[in-house]
Amino acid sequence: MARALFMLIKTAADIITSEITPHSAYLRRREFLAGAATLGLGTLLPRAAPASPLRADKSPLSTTSEAQTPLKDIISYNNFYEFGVDKDDPVKYAHTLKTKPWKVKVDGLVNKPAEYDLDDLIKDIALEERVYRMRCVEGWSMVIPWVGVPLASVLKRLEPQGSAKYVAFDTLVRPAEMPGQRGVFQPLPWPYVDGLRLDEAMHPLTILAVGLYGETLANQNGAPIRLVVPWKYGFKGVKSIVRINLTEKQPPCTWNVQNPREYGFYSNVNPNVDHPRWSQATERRIGEGGLFVKRRPTLMFNGYGEQVASLYSGLDLKANY
Amino acid sequence: MPAAAPRARSALSRGLFGRDPIRRGLYLLGMLPAAWTFYLGLIDQLGADPQKTLERTLGLWALRFLILALAVTPLRRLGVANLVRYRRALGLIAFYYAALHVTVYTVLDQGLDLAAIWADIVKRPYITVGMLAFTLLVPLAITSNAPMIRRLGGAAWQRLHRLVYLAAAAAVLHFIMLVKSWSPELILYAVLIAGLLAVRLIARRAGAARRPATARPPAGKRPLEVGRR
Repeated sequence: MARALFMLIKTAADIITSEITPHSAYLRRREFLAGAATLGLGTLLPRAAPASPLRADKSPLSTTSEAQTPLKDIISYNNFYEFGVDKDDPVKYAHTLKTKPWKVKVDGLVNKPAEYDLDDLIKDIALEERVYRMRCVEGWSMVIPWVGVPLASVLKRLEPQGSAKYVAFDTLVRPAEMPGQRGVFQPLPWPYVDGLRLDEAMHPLTILAVGLYGETLANQNGAPIRLVVPWKYGFKGVKSIVRINLTEKQPPCTWNVQNPREYGFYSNVNPNVDHPRWSQATERRIGEGGLFVKRRPTLMFNGYGEQVASLYSGLDLKANY
Repeated sequence: MPAAAPRARSALSRGLFGRDPIRRGLYLLGMLPAAWTFYLGLIDQLGADPQKTLERTLGLWALRFLILALAVTPLRRLGVANLVRYRRALGLIAFYYAALHVTVYTVLDQGLDLAAIWADIVKRPYITVGMLAFTLLVPLAITSNAPMIRRLGGAAWQRLHRLVYLAAAAAVLHFIMLVKSWSPELILYAVLIAGLLAVRLIARRAGAARRPATARPPAGKRPLEVGRR
């Protein structure tokens, strides 16, 4: 009796993830969410293209010490102005975006410029699961299990020329499928553009993500392919990429052009350099404590300083925010 | 004294909600979005960042009721509707929302860390301006009852309550200063408040021009709506 009872109580090490939520139920969660939507629970509405499972190896570069943000929050709380300026606009409107077929134009200082089909661009590069903190410049954060490929692997394939010093990325412009790009009120100039120094782009932590939580990206998260640079503020992660351009000069960044005093080219997460309008010392972790969630301290380089601080030795981070 | 408690309670509820049943209904209806949003927060239906949603929602309703209160006089002048008897209720509801908005920021968001709050007020212009808007509303709320109007006298009371224009301007400026980009809703509120202030200024100019100086009623006894310093 006692033994049987003992057998029923598993230690943490015994519990494999699939036992916590049955996999079949996990795969059906979008149906559940769609059902919830028809019941009027509008904020849960994902309405994206059906996701396909992805096989990915767990990466040793993952952040494993913190709880991952629930999927429902990751797919319903987004800044993706192409679909509207409110956080819940992308989840409502991104389903209209068609991500197949998808071409990425590669140009500039590379030996292999071309209009690549997405599959060809990342073909034969092993998908990895990378669990990263994501810190938004607005003062909130998530922990996201991305699935993607190192950007370095893709760039090597494209063969950057010796004179290339920066990598620029463009987001899709397709007003017919992106309501934020239609009408009188246009919050930003399109396309949304941003870029990295080549050494930042080649850093092993920098990835091009094609999925999260083991499935292809929801449109509102930047499907079918987006940039993830975990030590920088979230807006550096260009979504729905259609162009990769290698340049010699520092490329323009949408938010920097929009408001140069508030958003710099680097935009490294830095609790000691405040945004002109608000403090960056603390952040609110999404999905953590409901109405009564407490702020937590923001970490230098979002906690990735050990890996990336050397990229910026000798650089004044207050001047180069 | 068993009768004291109910009497005190009814005096309190009169103080908070007024005597007129329609006005009472207005208070209850007006505060419904606050109660509903707080309830949604408790059952985890406020989205991914419930605290921020609650804070924003309360701030937005404060602004909306402030606009409604400011619209009362122009609507009457245009002959659309005479809602003067509900103006105090609209203003007080705006104040209650502003107070709840400030409470969420100071208690839930900042955890009553007074040093951090003070640093925010001093260093963050949008918070400085927001706090200014709220502070300006406090004396108006305190004097929004008949005894205080009697004590101050109509003219002084009215002069004091002109602060509402400054409060409204500060409130919408606070909103403008905190957004990353302008939304249609924000533009609507900014235009409405600018319009309401402009209408009032034009009316005052016109009123002053029409009236010969000798015909002016003596200071302190002017009727409430035509006041000019």
